[in-house]
Amino acid sequence: MGIAHEMAKKQREISVAEFFQKNKHILGFDSLTKSLVVSVKEAVDNSLDACEEARILPDIFVKIEQVGKDEYKMIVEDNGPGIVRKNIPLVFGKLLYGSRFHALRQSRGQQGIGISAVVLYGQLSSGKPAKIISKIKEDEVGYEVLLTINTKKNEPKVIKEEPIIWEKEQGTRIEVVMKARYNRGKQSVYEYLQQTAIVNPHAQITFVEPDDKKTVFKRVTDELPPPVKEIKPHPHGIELGEFINMARATKAYRLTSFLTSEFSRVSPRIAEKVCKIAYLYGEMRPQDMSLSEARRVLEAFTKVKLMAPPTDCLSPIGEILIKKGLKNVLGSLRPGFYAQPITREPKVYSGNPFIVEAGIVYGGELPKDQPVRILRFANRVPLLYQQGADVITKAISSVDWRRYGLEQRGGQGIPVGPAIIIVHVASTRVPFTSEAKEAIADVPEIREEIELALKSLGRQLKMYRVKKERKKKLSEKFFIVNQLLPEIARKSAEIVEKPVPKLEPVITKIMNVIWIDEKIEKEGKMIKITVRIANFTEKKEKFELYGDCPIGEIVDTDGEIVEDYVKWHVEIDPVSYQYKKIVLKNAGGYGETNYYVDGINPSKVIGAEPLPGDWGIKMDFVEEIEEVEEDEQ
Amino acid sequence: MSSDEALKKLYEIAEDIYEQLNRGEIPKMHLAARHKGNIVFNNKLGVWKYGENMITRSAKKLDGGYMILRTLYIMEFIKEMIKTKKSSTLREMYYISEGWGLAKFHSQDESNKLAEDLEVITGYLREDFKLRPEEDGASVIGNITVEEINRKGKPMRINCRDDVGDSGYLIPYYVEKDKLKFKDVDADFVIGIETGGMFDRLVENGFDEKARAILVHIKGQPARSTRRLLKRMNEELGLPVVIFTDGDPWSFRIYASIAYGAIKTAHISEYLATPTAEFVGITASDILNYDLPTDKLNDRDIAALQAELKDPRFNTPFWHGEITLMLQIRKKAEQQALAKYGLDYVTDTYLPEKLTELGVMK
Repeated sequence: MGIAHEMAKKQREISVAEFFQKNKHILGFDSLTKSLVVSVKEAVDNSLDACEEARILPDIFVKIEQVGKDEYKMIVEDNGPGIVRKNIPLVFGKLLYGSRFHALRQSRGQQGIGISAVVLYGQLSSGKPAKIISKIKEDEVGYEVLLTINTKKNEPKVIKEEPIIWEKEQGTRIEVVMKARYNRGKQSVYEYLQQTAIVNPHAQITFVEPDDKKTVFKRVTDELPPPVKEIKPHPHGIELGEFINMARATKAYRLTSFLTSEFSRVSPRIAEKVCKIAYLYGEMRPQDMSLSEARRVLEAFTKVKLMAPPTDCLSPIGEILIKKGLKNVLGSLRPGFYAQPITREPKVYSGNPFIVEAGIVYGGELPKDQPVRILRFANRVPLLYQQGADVITKAISSVDWRRYGLEQRGGQGIPVGPAIIIVHVASTRVPFTSEAKEAIADVPEIREEIELALKSLGRQLKMYRVKKERKKKLSEKFFIVNQLLPEIARKSAEIVEKPVPKLEPVITKIMNVIWIDEKIEKEGKMIKITVRIANFTEKKEKFELYGDCPIGEIVDTDGEIVEDYVKWHVEIDPVSYQYKKIVLKNAGGYGETNYYVDGINPSKVIGAEPLPGDWGIKMDFVEEIEEVEEDEQ
Repeated sequence: MSSDEALKKLYEIAEDIYEQLNRGEIPKMHLAARHKGNIVFNNKLGVWKYGENMITRSAKKLDGGYMILRTLYIMEFIKEMIKTKKSSTLREMYYISEGWGLAKFHSQDESNKLAEDLEVITGYLREDFKLRPEEDGASVIGNITVEEINRKGKPMRINCRDDVGDSGYLIPYYVEKDKLKFKDVDADFVIGIETGGMFDRLVENGFDEKARAILVHIKGQPARSTRRLLKRMNEELGLPVVIFTDGDPWSFRIYASIAYGAIKTAHISEYLATPTAEFVGITASDILNYDLPTDKLNDRDIAALQAELKDPRFNTPFWHGEITLMLQIRKKAEQQALAKYGLDYVTDTYLPEKLTELGVMK
């Protein structure tokens, strides 16, 4: 028996309460403020996972009530499938209970220790039991259970259980009173829910704060993320101890069949080859493998060519949904620029598939003189703590953002500027720096992927700024041709007493661009956008114009609505103007519309970007243009 | 009349702009570059004038566009003034531009600068455009009799010693012969004085009578009319002109603008500059020779001195010596520092010594 097993035996004998008290900090309950955030996180993560597993669009209600000095009640309610009556005490009243614990798949639940720890914390800090209400579709009634955890035996102790009439068709509600402190701002419940809403655009989250302030993070898509698949471990990602445990527990009779049946990407031919390299009989019982034999097997795996693990088990948020999520949650900050988010191809580190996604928003009312805000996510869960230790922060710090127009002392460290950078790492096994699972470890493969995604975003940001700068310069010329020049012509004609000369040739000489801008007017509850297209070139031009409204619903337009964009076919004569319109509702605090053009050389157009990738064209098209602009400097 | 000719010239500019537009060209105007790199010494006139460097102001740029539009409005405005026999101050023109829509000036600097630009382009003086400054208040005390045409159109004789109070005869903004004539003079030279304090000291000490001098308070950087008057006294009355200022880089520039012509007005240097004017002091050598109380040069002073070393107008052995010396001792002195030796020292000792050296006093 190994020493670890001996220790495990002893560990079982100490009470869970004692274990909890000793390990509070590892589990995340190390301050009053953080305890509340961690509790909400456990409950909400559970709800999201349960809904997704049951293919239900999550509708989650979170409420924090103050019940005493430093004492708060947390209420989290969902519309998930509910929990069958007999399982309620086990799910909420037994530590480390649950189906996900050994599953190898992308799930939120690999993080944190589970909702029962919240129940235990509540019980230890306030002395009050947790209240759970749950109802499944098939039952007429729901059940309300008051329970605590028997800390000696790690068993649920039901205080009261009774059927109740619940208006909900199905769902689960948990109420826990705990010692806590409530705040808003950094590392708060609000921030956690806001960020959760960004990466879960399919969820609707309602939050009521202790002062009854209600915030609704609206659902922006009815598309549930595709169900995640479980995969078998890949030999390159397995550790020796784990490997031995698997060998002991397997039902296979032969080493070769153990390898082919319990690992991914191991064919019979490869299993034979590995046994040969490890000087082992393929016929041996895997249960009989010694430590050194097991080590030889793992070493042998490094010497054979293996296919990378399957990556279809990963579910990225996707470029469109990241953008939608960002717009939905950050729209009130009116950022001037949302970069096209990047979802990288899946990659593998130590046999574990992972995928990196990243986005950046810039400008608007974001503070200009502060470090950029970093939003970190692992498997769709926001990471609020330990920012400095995270590979995401390290990757951001190692990119030279000065090239892309953000301030950064010495070309490293967290850049300063009006921007928010969002990075999501999804994996069947996210490598965390510690048990608290608050930061992703600095794994070179992951870091490289993040850096590549960030650089691609950086180039987009730079292009945006170059264009903006150009537009500023040209707006001066716009004033000249629209106001000054006609005045000069009128006045000089008046003085010499001759007819006013035609200005078209002069105007095209000064401008020589297609100019697109907009006027935004409030009309009652509606927002009316008038798009002005001016052709200041010598030729008639034809192109497609797309308008993308970051917020609001389109009520009226003279264009064609394609998905959630408005499209116009424009044909415009030289030195003439055309006007288009969009009317929006629910668009209070409207910032600006993003315009895109197609079917025309984009360098001829001021005020619109080339139509980006996933709604028609490829990113490399955009990148190509940037390179040209960089060369020019 | 020169006003009509100036107007004709402005009309030609408007016509040119109209024609450029008619030909489909971006309208533009050319004018001499007004910086110290573009002034050259004119041997015939003995003053510094603008060189060959031209700049183009085109409607492609905001500045050029505004300038062209404003020129058109000013043209109309001047035409109107000539018709109604009025004139306006530069400040009034700035306010009148309120009604010019886009052509409205945003600061008086803009309107003053455009008035100068128009002089440069047309070769006429702003007085020809019926524009005048609102200054000036620079004054004269000394035994000279002038005849000024007053606002009623009547000639008025004034003796600048006997017919004036303590503040002296105030120089009007327009001092050409049709306005101001010299009738009689009994003096040996003209002395321009930078500061009011020193002017008053010389008046109180009776320096005008004692030294047979005409005292002119030039009030810092002198106005055009002051410079013009100095030049006329020098040329028409044959009186030598000397300039007495503080001893610092800014005062050196006052002298240069009087003697050689100012960079801003180099297009009319031949009207304004008095090439024979001499510099009395305070020089850097005076600071040492008379052991005067001083202040330290600040960074701006030093930068100004270094710029003067590169200024073609100061490219003489005398000025190079004095500027280099001031940079070495890093000190400057005020005129009134001479009071260290008593109130009469400046009139009894310093000026007689210096002016004898220059050959102005015997």
